[in-house]
Parts: sequence; structure tokens; C-alpha cells
Amino acid sequence: MGALNSLPDEPQYVGLAEKTGFSFEQIGILHKRFKQLSNNGETLRREDFNTIPDLLCNPIRSEIIEAFFDRRNFRQTDAVGTVHEIGFGEFLLVMSHFRPPSIRLDDEQKEVIRTEKLRFLFNMHDTDNDGTITLEEYRHVVEELLSRSGALGKETAKGIADAAMLEVASISMGHMEPDEFYEGITFEHFNKLLKEFEVESRMNIRFMNMDTTTLCK
Amino acid sequence: MALSCQPLGSFPPRLSVCVLLIVFVAAASASHDAPQDGTHDPTNVTHKKGFPVLLFNYDHVRTPFEISLWILLALLMKLGFHVIPRVSQVVPESCLLIVVGLLVGGFIKAIGEKAPALDDTLFFLYLLPPIILDAGYFLPVRPFTENVGTILVFAVVGTLWNAFFMGGVMYGVCQLEGGQLASVDLLSCLLFGSIVSAVDPVAVLAVFEEIHINELLHILVFGESLLNDAVTVVLYHLFKEFSAVGTVTVLDGVLAVVCFFVVSLGGLLVGAIYGVLGAFTSRFTSHTRVIEPLFVFLYSYMAYLSAEVFHLSGIMSLIACGVTMRPYVEANVSHKSYTTIKYFLKMWSSVSETLIFIFLGVSTVAGPHAWNWTFVVVTVVLCLVSRVMGVIGLTYVINKFRIVKLTKKDQFIVAYGGLRGAIAYSLGFLLPDHPMKTLFLTAIITVVFFTVFVQGMTIRPLVELLAVKKKKETRRSINEEIHTQFLDHLLTGIEGVCGHYGHHHWKDKLNRFNKTYVKRWLIAGERSMEPQLISFYNKMEMRQAMMMVESGSSAKLPGLISMQNIQPKVESRGRTIPKISKGREEEIRRILRSNLQQTKQRLRSYSRHDLFADPFEDMNENLSEMRFRKQRVEMERRMSHYLTVPANRQETPPVRRVRFESGETLAPRARNVGPYSSPADAISVLEESPPLRPNRRSDGGARRSTEHGAQATDDDDAEEETGEPPTQARRVSDPGPN
Repeated sequence: MGALNSLPDEPQYVGLAEKTGFSFEQIGILHKRFKQLSNNGETLRREDFNTIPDLLCNPIRSEIIEAFFDRRNFRQTDAVGTVHEIGFGEFLLVMSHFRPPSIRLDDEQKEVIRTEKLRFLFNMHDTDNDGTITLEEYRHVVEELLSRSGALGKETAKGIADAAMLEVASISMGHMEPDEFYEGITFEHFNKLLKEFEVESRMNIRFMNMDTTTLCK
Repeated sequence: MALSCQPLGSFPPRLSVCVLLIVFVAAASASHDAPQDGTHDPTNVTHKKGFPVLLFNYDHVRTPFEISLWILLALLMKLGFHVIPRVSQVVPESCLLIVVGLLVGGFIKAIGEKAPALDDTLFFLYLLPPIILDAGYFLPVRPFTENVGTILVFAVVGTLWNAFFMGGVMYGVCQLEGGQLASVDLLSCLLFGSIVSAVDPVAVLAVFEEIHINELLHILVFGESLLNDAVTVVLYHLFKEFSAVGTVTVLDGVLAVVCFFVVSLGGLLVGAIYGVLGAFTSRFTSHTRVIEPLFVFLYSYMAYLSAEVFHLSGIMSLIACGVTMRPYVEANVSHKSYTTIKYFLKMWSSVSETLIFIFLGVSTVAGPHAWNWTFVVVTVVLCLVSRVMGVIGLTYVINKFRIVKLTKKDQFIVAYGGLRGAIAYSLGFLLPDHPMKTLFLTAIITVVFFTVFVQGMTIRPLVELLAVKKKKETRRSINEEIHTQFLDHLLTGIEGVCGHYGHHHWKDKLNRFNKTYVKRWLIAGERSMEPQLISFYNKMEMRQAMMMVESGSSAKLPGLISMQNIQPKVESRGRTIPKISKGREEEIRRILRSNLQQTKQRLRSYSRHDLFADPFEDMNENLSEMRFRKQRVEMERRMSHYLTVPANRQETPPVRRVRFESGETLAPRARNVGPYSSPADAISVLEESPPLRPNRRSDGGARRSTEHGAQATDDDDAEEETGEPPTQARRVSDPGPN
């Protein structure tokens, strides 16, 4: 592990480490990956993601790629819209949404992390940035999930999305008059819907060298 | 002796019935020595007796009679406990059953009979498999695979630690104590340690079922109890062999390690093979639905027995068989068979568990005992201590590799939930005549009693006290399922972006392999292509429809949310209401209504719950009767749902297309359905809405049915095709009752 002592961008890493919570080693490894994807460039574009073979057979690949370029995920308050290319900082910020929460957090901090992760998911669904997931958007999500089942999937996707929407509406609104209209899933409804879902423990991936380096040190 | 129906004094009636049953059994078994008159000896008629009107011949029904009586007793006890609610809330059922067993055993001993002991053949071959199969078949696979590393570490390393620590310390204590215990050598102690160290699945299930703890802890303790069987088997045989010989060499140690891998992996392999066989068989059972459940049970039992033949781990084999078989069998069997399988498994495992605990109590009274205060007390204390130390030590190591760490509370529950049970007792029973056998048995029984009574009773208040997370009670909703799948794909994608092959990557690969190759072989018909989300959705809809039908509600409750609340109001795109003349409208309405009536009539003919094949079925693709019933119920539900649909709705709600045969012979259609492999000649279910809304669906239907009549307006045609995928229009192409 001696090679990691020579981290080139140390002062920059400090800032990033503070913002995202990754350790220096993790940042180093992700930086290497970033350089690999961007062909040693400074920025990543959407086309660069096409070089990842595993992503090609993923049914929601377009949403995943979009999430990297969505300004709402860059932790700047009130930023909307998408960008065409991202730097390493933004890449890291998006990745930090998948960092597992530390064990020593108290309940309030856990709640913050949970909200963040849910927000990320919400932004992935809400493609037109209007703060609600409409029926069309939700249908699109389900269609993408079933996109590899041909026409059968497309038709049932509608039914599934509608049933799901009905459920959200029932949970959030309770009773509605026949001519009232449920606009869409807002973030609070989304939160309420996935209350039992334990996002904070499920939406994590293991970033390499997370703990084995501590043993080595 | 007549069974009185009135309570004896202050006894609850069921208890009195049971007492009398017991007396009857005892008397019957005592009386089998008495000579039986009047049944034999037809030839030598020395003096003519009267023709025997009533005879008493207990002998030839003895065995089944007694078995049935025992099982009946066990079940009546179980029933009785729930009559007394307060007791069953404080004391877990397993404790009560052991107490009953003690009483029965005491009673039988008191009247001088020999009580049946929990002999190992009965236990391992008849009582244990149903419980394990039930557990394995309904094993929640997702949490299991997510935590399999942790579970394996606890099962293997934890059990080894327990066995060696206990054996070693016991040996030390025995040497120190001297006297009667000095003759206990190291190998015997290690053998004893290996028997007592294993967490018992039966006891864990019995206690944890009642406390409804959260899924993670439940699967950790329960998974450990299942997987430690391999370790126990190897250790037990190893020490049993060598305690006879007296020494263990290094080579034997190495062989033991190899043996462990063979036992566990071999068991899994045997189970997987039988599981695949079972799944493959179920693919062909569409014409003999009645015997479907039997295949599941028999293949699983064969897996268990086959593994036992080779001294592999039968429990792991059974688990592997159940887990492998389940997804494919469930896709293949009819709904009724699925229910049958579920309930038979639950029933058998319930009976087995009850009998095990009662027999445990009976054997305690019956068996020879050799009480030695030091030995027993040290055993009990050591069990607890070694378990706690093992769990804490292992968790420290495991937490370095886990994403979601185990907290102190979790560790406590895992340690405290390590109950010992009947498997330990039976293994002790299986020991060859060892000089210390009775001593060991006594100690084992004491440990079992301690864990089941003390730990079993106190774990519930402790769970409350520590505010451990409980199992969430609600069923999984469709939204959670959608997001589970979504999250799976998302995490796999992010792992791909990160560039390393993690847990999700391999899971995704396995799923794809499963979908492309395995499902095609093992699932019949078109369900092999059905993605998981859709099957989940179908099941959910079916369940909801059943609930609706059962609750008898045919009218929509006012104020609840229905489709119209979430359908976006489509702005009119130009001329949305095609102008049809009144006369035409009437005609359309009439035709539609009669169409609908026809389909309703056909539906009624399927309302008998029979398994006869549809006479029209072989003309088309094979539609399973499950789909029919589901769709019929679906249709009823949807129809009742839309009773108050307002006029002028332009977009039809997504009614799932229900397919029925047409009444006439199936003339080739003018338009064939393109991409669907399912029957092309189907009419979509039209909603039974009051005044006809000139929506697109009915236009299509009307157009087709009047194609011989007046020409349909061509602009209807054009209007219909816009905006909708062409397939949907084509599906309405049934001419109906021409």
C-alpha cells in the first residue's frame, strides 16, 4: 500500500474528502477510474459511459447516466437542469450518495442520510424537474424496468404503474372525491411511501479498500 | 369408560378429555398382555358359545391407534394453550409442550408402563424433515443471500469455537474435580462439547416465531442453526470414532476438514439435484394437478434420505432442495396446489414440532439419569459464556466486512437466541454405550431445558426492553417491489461505473443466467418468460381480487381513490368525440351489451371449481385455469370499480386485456395479432358503463362487429390508430357474435 502515499492532488483531495466523506484511498481509486473512463481527460461526457460493458445490458442505463449529469445531485441548493460534462468533483459527489452510513451516527444524522438517498432516487424518477413524479414519469420507470420483456412488458407496465400510483395516492391522500385529481408524487409522499424500505441500509455499495487499508496502516 | 362432557371440577374441559385419553392409552397398552378371547380358534368348537356380537381386539390396531392418539393429544394440547390467552403470551408454546410431556411421562411412569423414548430413528427420519423442509421451502432467500457470509462465519467458526472451548474447559474441570469425573477423557469431553454446541433450528424456530423479530436477526440466528448441521455432523462422527480409539492424529484432523467440505457441499449438491428434478417434473404436471404437491414433498424427502445414506448433511440437502425447487414449482403449479403445498408443509411441521417437544418431556422422565452437580452446572454456564464470547469476537471481525454493521443490541439477541434443542438430545441418545452416556444425557437435557425455558421465556420481554426492531407486518407493496428491482439495477450499474465486480454484479449475472437458460427448461409454457415484477403484480392483483370477492363487496366504497383520480385529463386533440348518429349509437350499445353478456355467460360456466379442461382450450394456446379465474375476478373487480366513471372520459383506463374464446368456430381472422404468442382471437373486456361513452375501444368493437353492415367511418379508423400502439387496436378485432 505504499504507492498510495504519493497522492498527487492531496490538497484538492482534502476538500473533496470533507465534502463527500470518502477517505483518501477511496478518492484515489475513484480518480483512477475517472481517468480511465474519460481517457485521461478532465471531464466526463455521456458518451464515455458507453464504454462500460456492464452498463449496456442494464435496463435503466439511461436513467443512471442521466443521474450523473443532473445538477440536483451535485449538492448545490436549488440547482436544476443538466450539464453536458462533469468533472471529478461532481463524479465523486454523485458517488457519495452510495456510501454506506457510518455505524456511529445518531438518529438525526441517519435521517439526513436517508433523506439524501431518497432524494437521489426521487430525482432519478422526476425527469422534468418539476418536483413531482407524474403518472407518465412513473409509467416510464416501470416500462424501463420491464423493457426487456418485449411488448408484453410494455402493456403490463401501464397496469403496474397505475396500480402503484393508486397505492401512493391511497397512502398519501387517504380519501379523495371523484373529481379531485392527484397531481403526482411529491417528495414527502415518496418519503412516506418508502418508509419501510430501509433505503439507508440498502442503497449502498462497497467502495474498494474501505476497511482493508485501515488494517494495513 | 365414558368420556364425560362436563368439566371435572375446575379443570378446563379439554384437559379433562386429554387426561382421560391418556388413561385410556395407558390402560390399553397395559391390557395388551391380557389374553384375547373369542377371535381365534374357529375349528375346535368344544362347546357352542353364542355368536360374539361385540369383540375387543386391540392388538392389530395397536400401533396406528397409539400413534394417532399421541398426535391427537399433542394437537389438543396446542389447541388448549390458545384457550388460555394469558399463559400463551408469557410462556412460549415450546415450554408448555415440554411441561405437558413431563406430566404425561410422569403419569405413564406412575402407572408402571414404559414410556416411549424419543428414539433417534423416529426423530431424525420422521419428525425432523418436515420442520426443515418447511423452513427451507419458505426461506426468505434475499436476506439469506445478502447475509450468507455472516451466517457462514457464525455457523462454522462459531460452532467450532463453542465445541472446542466447551470440550476443553469441561476436561479441565473434570480433571480438577476428580472423583467420578476423573475418568472422563479429553476426547469424550470434546464429543460432548460438539453435541451441545450446536444451535438448534427447531427450538429457534419455535421461540423466534412468536417474538416477530426483524428479518435480519431472524435470518442470522435461523440461518446459523441450519448451516451448522454440517459442522455438527463432522465433529460428532470424528470424535465418536476416535473416542473409541483414544487418539487423534494430525492426519485425522486434515481428513476431518476435507470431510467437512464434502459433507456440506455434497449435501447442497444432492439437494440441488433433487430440486432441479422436482422443478423439471412439475413442468409436465399440467394435466394431473392433483398430485403436484406430492412431487414437492417426495423429492424433498428423497433428498434428505439420500444425503443421510452417505452421511452428508441431510438438513443442508433439504434446504437446498426447497430453495432450488421453489421458484420454478411455483411458476408451474396451479394455485390450488400452491396452497396445498403451503398448508401441508405448515401442518406437518407444526405437528412435528409439537410432538418433538412433548417427547422431549416424556423422555426426560423416562430416561436414566446420572446427576452430577458440578458437571451439569458448569455445562450450562459454559454454554452461555462460550456463546457470548463467540458472538462478540466474531462480530468484531465480521463488522469489518459488512456494509450494515451489527450493533450491540443485535449481538445480544444473536447470542441470547442460541437455543439448544432436541437435536442435541437425539445425538446424545445416539451415542454408543459410553460409560459417561447417562451423565452426558442428563447434562444435555438440563442445557436444553435451561435454554428453552429460561432463555425462551425471557427473550420476549428483553426484546421489548431493548426496543429491538420488529418484523414489519404489512405485506410488500407494489411500490416497494418496483423500487427493489430499481435499486438492484441501479446498484449494479453504479458498481459497473465504479469498475469493480461486487455483490450486485454477480447477482445480476446469476439472474440473467437463470432467465436465459434455466427458466426455459424448468418452467412450462409462456410463464418462463415472465419477469419477476409482472409475476409479483399478478399475484398481488389476484390476492386483492380474492379479498374483494370474499368480502362480498360489489360496489365501490365511496371516497376511495380510483383510477379517475390519477388519470391525467387529456386535453382534447381536435375532434375527440367522433360524431355518430343516434341510431348508430344505439346499435353500438346494443351490440356491445350483448357481447358483454355473452362473455359473462361463458364466464359463468367456469365458475364451478373443477379442473376440467376447457373444451375450446386446445383450439388455441393453453390458458391455464388460474388465469381464467384470475381474470374473471379481475373483471368483476374492475367493473365494480368503474361504476361511477363520468362521461366524456377519453382515455380508457388500462384494463388488463382479458381473453376469451369467441363463441363461434374460429374462422381465421382478417387481422392477426402480431407480437403476441397468446391467442389472437380475443375480445377485450369492455367496461360496463351506463350511457355509452364514445371512447376508442367501443368504436373499434363497433366497427368490427358491423363490418358487414354499414361502412364504418374511415376517420374513426384513422382516429383510433393515432397515439395507440397498433397492437391494442388489433386486439379488438374479434367480430363477436356475428
